[in-house]
Amino acid sequence: MTLSEEELGEELIGARESRAPSRVRIVARRFFGSRQGQVGFAVLVLMFLLAFAGPMLSPWSYTDKDFTAFLQPPSATHWFGTLQTGADVYAVTLRGMQKSLIVGLLAALVSTALAAVVGAFAGYFPGWPDRALSWVTDLLLVLPAFLILAIMSPLFGAGKWVLFVIMLALFLWMVTSKIVRGMTISLKRREFIQAARFMGVPPIRIIFRHVIPNLSSLLIVDATLNVSAAILTETSLSYFGFGIQPPDVSFGTLIADGSRTAVYAPWTFWFVAGLLVITVLAVNLIGDSLRDAFDPTSARRR
Amino acid sequence: MAGFLARRLLNYLVLVVVASSLAYLLAASALDPRSNYADRTPKPPPAVVDAQLTALNLNDRTPLIQRYATWAAGVLHGDFGKSVTGTPVNDDLGRRAGVTARLVLLGLACGSLAGVLLGAYAAVRQYGWFDRLSAGVSFVVLAVPVVVLANMLILFGTWANANVFGRQVFLVSGEYSVGLDTGFWGSALDRVQHLILPTVSLSLGLVAVFSRYQRNMMLDVLGADYVRTAMAKGLSRRQALIRHALRTALIPVATYFAFTFGTLLVGATFTEKIFGWHGLGEQLINSIFTNDVNTVAAISLLAAIAVLCASLAADLMHAALDPRVRAG
Repeated sequence: MTLSEEELGEELIGARESRAPSRVRIVARRFFGSRQGQVGFAVLVLMFLLAFAGPMLSPWSYTDKDFTAFLQPPSATHWFGTLQTGADVYAVTLRGMQKSLIVGLLAALVSTALAAVVGAFAGYFPGWPDRALSWVTDLLLVLPAFLILAIMSPLFGAGKWVLFVIMLALFLWMVTSKIVRGMTISLKRREFIQAARFMGVPPIRIIFRHVIPNLSSLLIVDATLNVSAAILTETSLSYFGFGIQPPDVSFGTLIADGSRTAVYAPWTFWFVAGLLVITVLAVNLIGDSLRDAFDPTSARRR
Repeated sequence: MAGFLARRLLNYLVLVVVASSLAYLLAASALDPRSNYADRTPKPPPAVVDAQLTALNLNDRTPLIQRYATWAAGVLHGDFGKSVTGTPVNDDLGRRAGVTARLVLLGLACGSLAGVLLGAYAAVRQYGWFDRLSAGVSFVVLAVPVVVLANMLILFGTWANANVFGRQVFLVSGEYSVGLDTGFWGSALDRVQHLILPTVSLSLGLVAVFSRYQRNMMLDVLGADYVRTAMAKGLSRRQALIRHALRTALIPVATYFAFTFGTLLVGATFTEKIFGWHGLGEQLINSIFTNDVNTVAAISLLAAIAVLCASLAADLMHAALDPRVRAG
């Protein structure tokens, strides 16, 4: 062994001893250490696998119509049965699930980003920016989101679901942004922000480099819980024909169709409704255990 | 206290004006009443369509700001304009508002009362079987959207009618049976039978939210010194919990109440539409499909007023429960 190698070895040992466990690793260990987190994560991964890999297992695609089987109960050829039109319930359900998951994830990301930026700006700049932003937040809280989204629904024609996602996100951010604003006000008095300010770092840079990263735990938890809120809102809007438009399908349109035939053909309703509830439940479980994992004061799980 | 209320009221008034104007402008630009005439046979000449739309203040060739001015002037005189069929919007509004108010108020009363009581009980018996059960159940309930819940209740109702009772106990469509002639008590019973499932569908979500919230608030308060003092003074545990702990723990819940009210209105819309109640929510959904701008705007205005009344009520409740607000 040469001297340099020995030095290197010593350095490695020293590094291992002195390195503090990273925050990500602590949070991950606490998250996966809790039963809730394990179950939620496993179920959500399963749901994603089902939505994106599941359609390959079945010979039917969501546009196929089987003209020999209308409204048939589950069987070997149609695993979840068929609809009145002859469409395969397994195929359309998974297609709807893909759409709902994508819409939910995107809307949650956009709305949390919006909440972080608006809240941080309102908290960092007291005076008229704060008053104006807080007023807009209050106004949007007063207007029932469903009402506005429903009124605007003629604008989301077929294929314009990205616009729908953005509008959905526009009505999910208000409460978080109020919390972010409050936390920014208290962060602004902390030494590291003061130091950055006196060093002449421009305010916008401080907000994006120092304020928002320091609120990351809140924002991650919030984004997770927003996923379920977005999926639920999307479902309700699509149920009444205000969201995802045919020929595209989502959980909402499928539940609307299924509820009409549910009394004599339960498979058209219960598979979709069940998958929706399980998905939302898994997302909520993950959000809850992430909150516990990020919270340094929360007691270790029993 | 009076100054505080007056300032709040003024702020809310401005919010109502802005919110309803926004709703009108959005509705007027997104909905297209002209398309209602497109698939009529024989096709009406464009001049006739224009004249009719102008008479209803729905013509999209008139500048938006001018239509808005006409609408706003009407609203200030208590006139919401005409629907697409030419009938005044005001006609049906009162009756429909009554139907919605009955559903919302009953759902709110049942939901918040049951939620607060369940949450408080769960907190007193922390980690007992009731606490665990209510935590699990409310977690599941929160994952079920109202549209699914209402349909599940309808399925459950028809199943129970057929298999448990053998007769129609839960009625799942409409507010009352048409043409029923059984005197006052008969029709009262009929209305209650129609009311049960929609109320459950509306209040179950509220119970779940309020019970979790109340439990956490109650747990924060239970260990407080003043509760121990109250018991040391000779109050029984029950009295100390109800008079001192519950009252303090109710304050944040009262604030939360204002936020949930908007959600509740939306939930009432779904419930009405699914259970076939002819209330404002059902009217809203129908009028969006028929491009009925004036009706949509009128209902949005009422919704904004209702939400702000709830916020005002929350402020008043807050003041009643917390002496510091009254003093400050």
